[in-house]
Amino acid sequence: MTQLESTWSDPPGLVGWLSTVNHKRVAVRYIVTTLVFFALAGALALIMRTQLARADNDLVGPDLYNQLFSMHGSAMMFLFAVPVMEAVALYLIPLMLGTRNVPFPRLNAYGYWLFLFGGIMSFTVFFLNIGPEAGWFSYVPLSGPEYSPGKRSDFWAQMITFTEVAALIGAIQIITATFKMRAPGMTLNRIPMFVWAMLVTSFMIIFAMPSVMLASTFLITDRLVSTQFFNPTEGGDVLLWQHMFWFFGHPEVYIIFVPALGMISEILPAFTRRKVVGYLGLVIALVSISFLSFGLWVHHMFATGLPPLGMSFFTVASIMIALPTGLQIFCWIATLATGEPVRFATPILFVIGFFFIFIIGGMTGVMLGASSLDQQLHDSYFVVAHLHYVLIGGAVFPLFGGFYYWFPKLSGRQLSERAGRWNFWLFFIGFNVAFFPMHILGLEGMPRRVYTYSAASGWQGLNLLSSLGAAMVALSVIVFVANVLVTLRRGARAADNPWNAPGLEWATTSPPPAYNFAQIPVVASRTPLWERDFPTAVVTGLPDLVPSVLVTRLHDAEPDHVALMPEPSIWPLLSAIATTILFIGTVFTPWALIWGSVPVGIALIAWFWPRKDETRKHQQVEVKPQEGEQREHELREALS
Amino acid sequence: MNARTTLDVSRLPTYAFGQRSLMWWGTMGMIVIEGTLFAIALVAYFYLRGLSRHWPMSAPPPDLLWGTLTTIILLVSGIPNQLASRAARREDLRAVRLWMVVCIVFAAAVQVTRAFEFTVLNTHWSQNAYGSIVFAILTLHTVHLVTDFADTIVLAVLMFTGPLTGRRFVDVSENADYWWFVILAWLPIYFTVYLVPRLFP
Repeated sequence: MTQLESTWSDPPGLVGWLSTVNHKRVAVRYIVTTLVFFALAGALALIMRTQLARADNDLVGPDLYNQLFSMHGSAMMFLFAVPVMEAVALYLIPLMLGTRNVPFPRLNAYGYWLFLFGGIMSFTVFFLNIGPEAGWFSYVPLSGPEYSPGKRSDFWAQMITFTEVAALIGAIQIITATFKMRAPGMTLNRIPMFVWAMLVTSFMIIFAMPSVMLASTFLITDRLVSTQFFNPTEGGDVLLWQHMFWFFGHPEVYIIFVPALGMISEILPAFTRRKVVGYLGLVIALVSISFLSFGLWVHHMFATGLPPLGMSFFTVASIMIALPTGLQIFCWIATLATGEPVRFATPILFVIGFFFIFIIGGMTGVMLGASSLDQQLHDSYFVVAHLHYVLIGGAVFPLFGGFYYWFPKLSGRQLSERAGRWNFWLFFIGFNVAFFPMHILGLEGMPRRVYTYSAASGWQGLNLLSSLGAAMVALSVIVFVANVLVTLRRGARAADNPWNAPGLEWATTSPPPAYNFAQIPVVASRTPLWERDFPTAVVTGLPDLVPSVLVTRLHDAEPDHVALMPEPSIWPLLSAIATTILFIGTVFTPWALIWGSVPVGIALIAWFWPRKDETRKHQQVEVKPQEGEQREHELREALS
Repeated sequence: MNARTTLDVSRLPTYAFGQRSLMWWGTMGMIVIEGTLFAIALVAYFYLRGLSRHWPMSAPPPDLLWGTLTTIILLVSGIPNQLASRAARREDLRAVRLWMVVCIVFAAAVQVTRAFEFTVLNTHWSQNAYGSIVFAILTLHTVHLVTDFADTIVLAVLMFTGPLTGRRFVDVSENADYWWFVILAWLPIYFTVYLVPRLFP
């Protein structure tokens, strides 16, 4: 084993497994965890579809049904859609940028553990009959102390706290890595599109998530210590909840779907053998989506009796977001049209499925964005159809495409194409069979979130059809899981760059070594691996004795200094356990905030406190800023 | 990879101050998140105020004394804070120790005045939405006061006991940046909680 390998490897055994701070190991766990939650939340949907398959069904009662759709929505949003995108990013971004880890590896591990414990808590309480019951947006007063006694909504509120802290930690990693850890030569206008998408997403997370954290804290204090934020009789206001929730909740949709846009922009070039059309336009579109997404939350509240001027404003803002989204779609069509003929491998199938489904979802979105029509369709199955077309079409299809695309890099094995096609077609047909009829049901007046309907309504046929579609989707997911499991055991070995793609992540082995790149390549274009003489230069001289990464300058990625990274530690896990005790404790007593913070403080101090052996190594390789400045200057000269 | 040329980074510094360092970006990320949290809490305050006929709701405004003292101490604490930060950039360990201790004294004083602030708000969180939001905003800021106080103590102890590397000076400098945030975030809160009910009743 070379010094580099031993420096970056984790200690052996269970403790080593629990102490890892390697972004790839953490991210793979993250991805697997989110997929497990996806499957569980999907199973809840299947129970609902079974219940609705026939009129006047009594398989599931109203109380359980409330919990089913609340948990399904909350888990899909908070335990799957947002975290899975971040998890993929935490795996890929250091590779795409040409660096060796995320900027704050221990914090990264802490974020994952917190997410895991939050998710386990949520499903545990659900199985104990204390799961959320007031929908994924938990409107007051339905979720307030009067109409939701017991602990159900408190656990929902803490689920928010867990997952949002984890999401915020991920966002900080992604922003810092993108700004400061790019390979030399990767100027801002050479950043891969997926990284751009995640950068934009991370900024949205930073500005959106605090709103829902504060709102859910207000909710839990209203319930536990009788604050009056949402109590109208004491000067509170129920719409305050809706404003605070949707100020987060609408950007949330784009937080889920912008990363998927980035994935599409990465997958298309590999299969059309040309650069994606309109790089600058795509980046501007992403940025403008992120700004606009903060200006249209009120379109979720069109039915609350707001002033007409506000309604008009938010109608315009809502419809305006179709512009940057449309721009992206045209760029991709242009890429497909002007590139080499496409080979229809599974990743590209999912991208094309995205086009079809997402455009329908976008169209119904424009319809719902008009406040007049929204009054009619509000809270009907039309909305259920729309949101699934947007979220599954817009995010899950590209995600599956991305999964087939990057799986060889993650695992070193190539997923079966045959199973991949079955996976795609079952999903694509099943999805449309399940959700298209809901448009019609909604137009016919079927309200969402009802546990049953009468036979006289005439809705049975379409509901049954929808349930059959849901079963097909479930079958498709089973095919996917089987494909992954079989491939991991005896799939064909994957080459380092099986798709002949241009991004840096394909420049290393499949799967990558712990340190990602033995030598960091210098980048000279947007498509480095398509350059004839890649790499023209590599970075040497990073210390081997201590895990270290190269920090570059924000704008032009010139080498700036070397950052010495922390070694594996068990303390992020122990800190996460302590934090979990605090968060769950506060569901039962506000005093947990006081006594619970003691173990958290102790664990954090132990985490921070430098170990002697680690310090000695750092002292050995340390170069003080004043000593290093000359070299930095020379390097900048050399690069330019 | 058979590259023709190499970029030798072995003599580059292994840490850097200010926006060059990763830690600065991490701290800024925290500050933006926490800042958004404060901003939304203040928006909620004005939202609730807009709905109410009387503000503050059935209570006199909070007494000025302790809150104003907090403001003064916080503003003055910026001086040792800045000196600690500068000493860290010079890597002057003696000065770092000295100014960090002074910072801790100031931060400790603020914990005391803050504790008294809670006793003179003239309302209670369970009384009405006004009481709830005032307590929420003050608690939110207090959490920052307490955590950064604890943080500063731990870091100061480390600067006395070691083991030290140059990078710890970056930590001191980032810690000082964060304290600036705690100070500056307080000003709009002070204005809102203490002055708004008086100036715009």
